[in-house]
Amino acid sequence: MTKKPEKKEVETTGHSWDGIEELNNPLPRWWVWTFYATIAWGIVYMIAYPAWPLINGATRGVLGFSTRAEVAADIQAVTDANAAIESKLAAADLTTVSADTELQSYAVNAGGAVFRTNCSQCHGSGAAGAKGYPNLLDDDWLWGGDIEAIAYTIRHGVRNDTDDAHFSEMSAFGEFMEEAEITQVVNHVLSLTGQDHDAGLAAAGAVVFEENCASCHMEDGSGDRDQGAPNLTDAIWLYGGDAETITATVTNGRFGVMPAWGPRLSDAQVNAVAAYVHQLGGGE
Amino acid sequence: MWNYLKLIILGLIALLAAIAANFGRDLPYQVHAIIIMLVAGGLFLWTVRRTDEPSPPTSLEYMDGVVRAGVIATAFWGVVGFLVGTYIAFQLAFPSLNFEWAEGFANFGRLRPLHTSAVIFAFGGNALIATSFYVVQRTSAVRLWGGNYAWFVFWGYQLFIVLAATGYLLGATQSKEYAEPEWYVDIWLAIVWVSYLVVFMGTILTRKERHIYVANWFTLSFIVTVAMLHITNNISIPVSIFGSKSVQLFSGVQDAMTQWWYGHNAVGFFLTSGFLGMMYYFVPKQANRPVYSYKLSIIHFWALTFLYIWAGPHHLHYTALPDWASTLGMVFSIILWMPSWGGMINGLMTLSGAWDKLRTDPILRIMVLAIGFYGMSTFEGPVMSIRAVNALSHYTDWTIGHVHSGALGWNGMITFGALYYLTPALWNRERLYSLSLVNWHFWLATIGIILYASSMWVTGIMEGLMWREVDANGFLVNSFADTVAAKFPMYVVRGLGGVMFLAGAIIMCYNLWMTVRRVPAKADTPAMAPAE
Repeated sequence: MTKKPEKKEVETTGHSWDGIEELNNPLPRWWVWTFYATIAWGIVYMIAYPAWPLINGATRGVLGFSTRAEVAADIQAVTDANAAIESKLAAADLTTVSADTELQSYAVNAGGAVFRTNCSQCHGSGAAGAKGYPNLLDDDWLWGGDIEAIAYTIRHGVRNDTDDAHFSEMSAFGEFMEEAEITQVVNHVLSLTGQDHDAGLAAAGAVVFEENCASCHMEDGSGDRDQGAPNLTDAIWLYGGDAETITATVTNGRFGVMPAWGPRLSDAQVNAVAAYVHQLGGGE
Repeated sequence: MWNYLKLIILGLIALLAAIAANFGRDLPYQVHAIIIMLVAGGLFLWTVRRTDEPSPPTSLEYMDGVVRAGVIATAFWGVVGFLVGTYIAFQLAFPSLNFEWAEGFANFGRLRPLHTSAVIFAFGGNALIATSFYVVQRTSAVRLWGGNYAWFVFWGYQLFIVLAATGYLLGATQSKEYAEPEWYVDIWLAIVWVSYLVVFMGTILTRKERHIYVANWFTLSFIVTVAMLHITNNISIPVSIFGSKSVQLFSGVQDAMTQWWYGHNAVGFFLTSGFLGMMYYFVPKQANRPVYSYKLSIIHFWALTFLYIWAGPHHLHYTALPDWASTLGMVFSIILWMPSWGGMINGLMTLSGAWDKLRTDPILRIMVLAIGFYGMSTFEGPVMSIRAVNALSHYTDWTIGHVHSGALGWNGMITFGALYYLTPALWNRERLYSLSLVNWHFWLATIGIILYASSMWVTGIMEGLMWREVDANGFLVNSFADTVAAKFPMYVVRGLGGVMFLAGAIIMCYNLWMTVRRVPAKADTPAMAPAE
């Protein structure tokens, strides 16, 4: 770059503070014009949109813009677009939903959204569950895995205060069983899934199991869906299958609660989330 | 006579604090009462030992002891604030760093306000107080007004920081961003802040220069406005005189609006006007060039001061805030763009005729980088205030990135520049210990900030898009946890940026320390007294 001819030195204001002087340069033109442009834009914008507070309310702006109206319109547009299929889903016989491709696809999309909003906090956003919260991806169901049963569980929940909720109780056997007996029965339960156990204790435990546990979990430990009694032979555990956790479960009992979603979700939403859960992998 | 009065007051405070500690209804209140009791008791003893000693003759020299203390406090709190920030950045990436044993003290929720306040108020506040005391004396050619009153401001401010920080860790908070301290800490800060105003105004009023230098306009507007903001936003009624909890006077959307009127102008007057004051002295000094345009400094000062105060509602777009208030916040934010840039132009153009110094002077380079980040943040801010942009950016990490490019890039760097200038000047040293260490600091901090800001742009825009993603039927596609999981790699990058910035600051502390310890004193002592 060739050296520019030396510009005429701008004068200073003549002030000096601790050696600092100030040049008397004019305002940069682009700066001034951009400043004016933003002000002009601001005036136009304030005429177009709600802007100035008055005694009752505020100026509405010539465009009639309102964030609340905008959101309401967006929601209404989606509701209108989905109205027909939504009422079809609400009234559908659940067992036939999967046969109708369009309805099934809508139900899974809607159900996924309901699930991520309402269910993922406990069951995980991928539905893989957590300790005490069942995994919904596998084919191990506590209260039944066909779509009707899933919808019933969603609508009424488990062990909550509503009348139609699933109910059963794993008692705290520590209150009426000897510690030795608990050790025996835990060894028996460990033996059902082929884990390390003491054969002698397990044999004694089989008797304890038959007397105390078989009425719900069945003699072979395969569980009973009518009572929500877990299958103890499939190596899938809600709280954990090691000796320590099983001992805690037998001693203190368990009382997992799921809310009744019927009062909070619409029929179409319950059906949708049932269809979503049903198609995750384990639906029957 | 004055000492006896002081003894009575300090004794009373210690006694009342002891009573308060005894009747205290919650742990933070009791801890604070004990701290106040110890401070008042210690000062009592200190005063007793000095009573009836002959007082030293009043000096006419510049009062630099308090500025030296401020430089040390700035460096110290800076490192503390950056350290906590880096730690909580890693807590977000690796939640297991919220240790079980430290739950209730050192989990993210307790440490976050500690970080923000440590950086803004402890680091930034000390930097502002120290530099403004230095600048106002030099540019007014007079010693600080009020004798040891300036020391009261300094130590009173440190006490505020300690009370605020311990309060956060122990859970005393009024849950207002940047205004978390509870009522009695607020009252104390109000007293200290008004004292700061009095010392500053007193110095200005007794100045020997005819005109007031532009740096002092900015500092004065900063002190006055922060006093007004702090007092208004903290009007609250204590639940008990013996407890830390208080109830805000405003409620609902009025409370939100007051809070963000305060919050935005904490950014506007604390982090912008105050630091522009710093910039207007140290940049011309370091570059040894006149300020570019006197006219521009007048126009942009008044435009900035008038416009900033209205921009708060842009923090509350799409909330319960009425649309008209939201519009005004946005419009004033956009009009604010050029007045903000006036400071950038004046700062950068001051270097015209001295650009070659950037090659040889790493301190000037730090200052210019600060001005560059100032310009970028004050452009990004108006963009983010636009309702449509805000719909995407609000509540995302984009906001965090924006704040940090301003705080690390602008406030941090200009403060580092000022500290590098001040340390040799205040301790009367020939030069800094090592310019090559300044270079290291410059690059570490610059790369750290870029990692921080760009990772937050990426995650911010990504999570904003994920939140609003809908399928063909209009249903949301992602759960909140999906967005959290997706952000993990960028959280690690952000943490690394923090490590680099922190490392740079530690190098600076070492450099400043060695400057005082090792560099020989200047042969000819400069005028430490005002020119007559």
